[in-house]
Amino acid sequence: MSAMLQLPLVVTAQVDLVLVLVSLLALWTRLSRLSYPNAVVFDEVYYGQFVSLYMKRVFFIDDSGPPLGHMILALGAYLGGFDGNFVWNRIGAEYPSSVSVWSLRVLPALCGALCVPLVYLLTLELRFSHLSALGAAVLLLLENSLIVQSRFMLLESVLIFLVLLAFFSYLRFHNAPTSSWFRYVWLLLSGVSCAAAIGVKYMGLFSYLLLLGVAFLHTWNLVGDQSVSHLNVCVQCVCRVVCLLVVPVLLYVFWFYLHLSLLNRSGPHDQLMSSAFQASLQGGLSRITQGQPLEVAYGSQVTLRSSASQLIPCWLHSHKANYPVRYENGRGSSHQQQVTCYPFKDVNNWWIIKHPGRQELVVDTPPRPVRHGDVIQLVHGMTSRFLNSHDVAAPMSPHAQEVSGYVDFNVSMPAQNLWKVDISNREAESEVWKTILSEVRLVHVNTSAVLKLSGVSLPEWGFRQLEVVAEKLFKAHGSSLGWNVEEHRYGTSQEPKEREAELHSPTHIDVDRKISFWAKFLELQWKMLAVKQEESEHKYSSAPLEWITMETNIAYWLHATTNAQIHLIGNPVSWGVANLSLLAYQLLAAVYMLRRRRGFKDLPDAVWDQFVCLGCVCVGGWVVNFVPFLLMEKTLFLYHYLPALCYLYLLSPALLEHTHTHLLSSVTHRCALCVCVSAVLLSVFVSYRTFCPLTYGSPELSANQLRGLRWRDTWDILYRRR
Amino acid sequence: GQLHIIIHIPANHYLSYDLVVLPNYLPALEGSLHSSILRNRKNIPTSLKTSQAPFTSVSKDKISQTAGHSSEDDNQSSNGSSAQLFTRRHGESPVKVLLLLVVGLSFSTRLYKITEPPHVCWDETHFGKMGSYYINRTFFFDVHPPLGKMLIGLAGYMTGYDGTFPFIKPGDKYEQQNYWGMRGFCAVLGSFLPIFAYLIVLELSQSHTAAFITAILLIFDTGCITISQYILLDPILMFFIMAAVLSMVKFNQQRYRPFTASWWFWLVLTGVNLAGAFGVKFVGLFVILLVGLNTIWDLWRLLGDLSLSLVDVAKHFLARVVGLILLPLFLYVTVFAVHFVVLNKSGPGDGFFSSAFQSRLMGNNLYNASMPEYLAYGSTITVKNLRIAGGYLHSHWHLYPEGVGSRQQQVTAYSHKDYNNLWLVHRQDDNNSQSGSPDLVRHGDIIRLEHKETTRNLHSHLHEAPLTKKHFQVTGYGINGTGDTNDLWQLEVCGGRKGDLVKVLRSKVRFLHRATGCVLYSSGKTLPKWGWEQVEVTCSPYLKETPSSQWNIEDHINPKLPNISLSVLKPHFLEILLESHIVMIRGNSGLKPKDNEMNSKPWHWPINYQGLRFSGVNETEYRVYLLGNPVVWWLNLASLGLYLIMVAVASVTIQRGFSLEQSQVLMRGGGLLLLGWLLHYAPFYTMGRVLYYHHYFPAMLFSSMLTGITVDILLNSADLILQPPYSDWMQRVGQMVLLLSVLYSFYLFHPLSYGMTGPLAHEPGSAMAGLKWMDSWEF
Repeated sequence: MSAMLQLPLVVTAQVDLVLVLVSLLALWTRLSRLSYPNAVVFDEVYYGQFVSLYMKRVFFIDDSGPPLGHMILALGAYLGGFDGNFVWNRIGAEYPSSVSVWSLRVLPALCGALCVPLVYLLTLELRFSHLSALGAAVLLLLENSLIVQSRFMLLESVLIFLVLLAFFSYLRFHNAPTSSWFRYVWLLLSGVSCAAAIGVKYMGLFSYLLLLGVAFLHTWNLVGDQSVSHLNVCVQCVCRVVCLLVVPVLLYVFWFYLHLSLLNRSGPHDQLMSSAFQASLQGGLSRITQGQPLEVAYGSQVTLRSSASQLIPCWLHSHKANYPVRYENGRGSSHQQQVTCYPFKDVNNWWIIKHPGRQELVVDTPPRPVRHGDVIQLVHGMTSRFLNSHDVAAPMSPHAQEVSGYVDFNVSMPAQNLWKVDISNREAESEVWKTILSEVRLVHVNTSAVLKLSGVSLPEWGFRQLEVVAEKLFKAHGSSLGWNVEEHRYGTSQEPKEREAELHSPTHIDVDRKISFWAKFLELQWKMLAVKQEESEHKYSSAPLEWITMETNIAYWLHATTNAQIHLIGNPVSWGVANLSLLAYQLLAAVYMLRRRRGFKDLPDAVWDQFVCLGCVCVGGWVVNFVPFLLMEKTLFLYHYLPALCYLYLLSPALLEHTHTHLLSSVTHRCALCVCVSAVLLSVFVSYRTFCPLTYGSPELSANQLRGLRWRDTWDILYRRR
Repeated sequence: GQLHIIIHIPANHYLSYDLVVLPNYLPALEGSLHSSILRNRKNIPTSLKTSQAPFTSVSKDKISQTAGHSSEDDNQSSNGSSAQLFTRRHGESPVKVLLLLVVGLSFSTRLYKITEPPHVCWDETHFGKMGSYYINRTFFFDVHPPLGKMLIGLAGYMTGYDGTFPFIKPGDKYEQQNYWGMRGFCAVLGSFLPIFAYLIVLELSQSHTAAFITAILLIFDTGCITISQYILLDPILMFFIMAAVLSMVKFNQQRYRPFTASWWFWLVLTGVNLAGAFGVKFVGLFVILLVGLNTIWDLWRLLGDLSLSLVDVAKHFLARVVGLILLPLFLYVTVFAVHFVVLNKSGPGDGFFSSAFQSRLMGNNLYNASMPEYLAYGSTITVKNLRIAGGYLHSHWHLYPEGVGSRQQQVTAYSHKDYNNLWLVHRQDDNNSQSGSPDLVRHGDIIRLEHKETTRNLHSHLHEAPLTKKHFQVTGYGINGTGDTNDLWQLEVCGGRKGDLVKVLRSKVRFLHRATGCVLYSSGKTLPKWGWEQVEVTCSPYLKETPSSQWNIEDHINPKLPNISLSVLKPHFLEILLESHIVMIRGNSGLKPKDNEMNSKPWHWPINYQGLRFSGVNETEYRVYLLGNPVVWWLNLASLGLYLIMVAVASVTIQRGFSLEQSQVLMRGGGLLLLGWLLHYAPFYTMGRVLYYHHYFPAMLFSSMLTGITVDILLNSADLILQPPYSDWMQRVGQMVLLLSVLYSFYLFHPLSYGMTGPLAHEPGSAMAGLKWMDSWEF
């Protein structure tokens, strides 16, 4: 105690000046003149819509990735006081002065800048020297494509930052002495950044899996270490599982929780979701459905929505048009009234539930609810035709029965209009048919066929609406059979004219209906994965194999009047260095492995381990971030390659250092290598300077200068004709 | 110089058995060397202990060196007491009795009711038809390589089928035709599957119980029976797959006697079977991968064996290159050669192939073709794209839909011969052909192509093409030949000079669009439904000469010019081979699922979610439904999970320094089978083509073999928790329960394979009442 009292109060700080310097340079390259160009650049037009929707708290669904990335962009907009009132309709549109462009772009730019020091630190954690670390940082610093991608409201820089952070913190954890408990903070950080990376883009998953693989190998070695007690091994394993598996999963769900609690108003994408989901949003369907009676009763007026997993919603529909007597292919029909499924709200979507034994179309007081197993008739509200099915082949799906609104032509074709209610998600046998919640199959009593959306659209005579058929149960599957009541009210008017007026009037009353967060999360997640983009080629899209040689560029922005323009073009020299080092590593690894297998140990074990670790992280990182794209059928762009490229920039200097220390023994060779490296660095800098005008969009270049920058024939650089 | 000592130590406690089964077998000494063994069993006979005594004093490395093998990889495990049940029951030679039992059951279940139903079932309509094509020597096109169909054709030919049955659609009655031969051939090959599976598992696990469990699972699986009984490629494919795996496993067993006759025999047999598998369907690629990985693993082991010189390693490497690469390749090419020699008559497949190829088919219009030699104005022509398997320039009375460029008439590339492929050649200005002998078209001339059927001109403009957005759209425009300046194309002969004439069939020509400077191009991408799934034609602004932008004039009709007999350059065999492969691959990827068709997903398969209807729909019809025996399939699924758990537990235990008996069989044998299952299953997730339930059957075979090994080891491990007498009882009870449940479920579900009539399963009074355990089953 007394000894401690005698100690002076000392603060010792070590500052890595090189690190500070590269950080400052990175900040300068990424953040200077950030609000130029003051116009919508490339995919900002896409992300911008979502930012606006966040500001207005309107629900949307985006299949390109989980919501965290959009939320980060929205955070920047929020801090800059953006109110969401900007129409993101075309690339190149000028931002009004009310929009703070700088704040929209600053978060991605900051992340992009921080990648540079992070790479420096990561190289150190891979146990390479400060000089290698500096090399990696410089390569990243002077990479034009990363600069371009960071300076706009785009997500790649955020993703790269998080992925690098995850690896850095994991290696920090791994390299820390086993005794310290503080190192688990690093592990936790690693788990958190993995979750964030996946939350920004699904692509983060690739790096996460690689990190799990590396962590598994390390853990496996730990399990094999028999000097550690069983208990200790168990505890360590549990800690790793919690930090790297449990925490990321929980966080991933948490991003959705944030997303759903932020967006509570109905919007343009409502219709993709189930009725229950829509009813949980303010406005939209909930405005209509609020206060609807819950239990469907005899005399109820309802719209029946198909619960098919198709993305276009549709409602059971009929109209004053009959099936053509003969179809184009010569088959005949019943010529009765068409019954279809219609993807828009329409007064012709209303049906009335009728008790077969009674004439009334109004609800009794008290209402008599319809239960599972009851037999009902369905009357079309506007035309008063009964929903009917019979042994006539359906128009487009001849193996199924036609469904019609019954018209009696006196041709010995009797009405078969009884339907049994089969609630497929019932909990009790006598459950009441509930609005929105119950999923119902309508089973035709005469033929025991089930009312079904076939998914085929009818030709011109059916106004291209969707075909509805009845099909025997043993043939049909799944969700195309289910229907749920979406809009519902108790009918009060017996007269057809009054009823029409009633159907035209909107429904209103108040009740609140909620579905749980988990149900919403699962539905949203499923929809996001299931929504398939139309596969279409974009003018600047490219194939993965073209990325390695940078075959295609992407024009991000062109000044409205001058030749000033911004392109996504990487630094060709660095790109070449990256490819070369990838090749060199693989060759070297193959030679080492074969020689080790034959008993020649070229490297001491510690160095070999370091070499392997480098390969696992960097080459592995490149592989997991590149190879999956070869299998994808999406429209792909050059920027999808940037995460993989960053791994190669990590690899290059480390590999050079390895060559320098372990392969070259003579002094002259080493000197030669140093000279080469400096020459390469110089040319990296020169080519960075050369492409700067296309990276920053200024200064404007003449057509001739632009032509000079077109290093590859396949690049598309725009010249303005004057 | 190396001395190969083969050590015989009975790892098993039953010496007689061991000597019968394992003629050459390096036992594991690991069990005796490790200090801690996780076993309750104490009944090691003293004789065994004494026989091992000399070795325990020697270090492990030393033993393996004397034996001339690398130390790490070669320790086979001792087999516990696997075969005891059957050894006890069957006495001296259980091998033969069990094997005979398997053979008998297998053949009888597959050949029973082979002629039922006497009508065309499911894909018989394709493969039976193709068998007939071989008998009739008619050229056809199919997405699969020819071996399977050739064998079917051969079987039909040998059994007196004359190739006259048309196989138009499923349900057609065979009447008097000799169809049983083709079915029987497939069924015989299918009967070998359980036998091969038995032998593979026996080889991998050295346990008769495991092998017998596997064989029982496969023999009494309704799915395997059904798929073997009809004229399909699958039994043939699976026969070759299993035969390849069996020979590979046998070859692995020969590793201590390299370059002996039996070693070569199994190596060559592996190669032959690989060629067979790949020659039937491209799915055979997966078994090639399996064998390839196994071989790499084996070579890696040899490389690490420092007692072998590099020359020895090189010899091993070369032997495998010859046996597993060159030989199969040669056989595969031979199969194609036979295919092309046999099929020499024109048939339905002609249009898929290049003009040169067609000229070798008897009956084709290019066979000894005779037409005007040089392209002339006023001629009617067909234009064929020169990319491999490129189509004819085609148009029809349908417009591009709303939102795809401008709403004008579609122009596509189409592989079938069709009158919509005909175009008229006009000068840029005039429409009427003059009298007298027509002028010839020359390099650099500006022409107009009018579609004969619809009288629209070939047209392009600055709208994005439907799929290749970087190119321009090509349409049919104008009426009766009057259009605008966007209809003008400059014709260029590749490598020609101004004034050169255009030779029909032989000149490669390009069509340059006058107004935009782009070149007529076939991208090879399939248009969506609105384009009838024909191939996109665009106008490319990139002028590089590629086959996609080159065309040739195939048919040339001009009554005013004399017809001259043209001998087209006969294509080289390798060119035909390459061409037919590209056509097949493109055909395969073109089998996209239709929008509203119920499409089978890979995850449906292991859970036996839904089968395939082979025959019959209604109550009155004779119904056969391809569906695996659910007990077998669900047991397989459970065993996969169980296997992973067991491997995880065993690996952690070993990593923590304990030793486990049988872990080698579990990891090596089981691992190989798991890899086989993965290779035959996982790739389907990445396939865009339409998938069917029967694609899972090769994977199912591997899965069943894995089940055999897993269940056997699990039952053997009863002694980890129970004392000896009880553990043996438990083991036997487990085996009996398994056997009886498989048999009983087969009894329940056998109508699926052998046919059923009467009401459907959901109605009372059906033979299958109460057996519709999943709603998605359709019987």
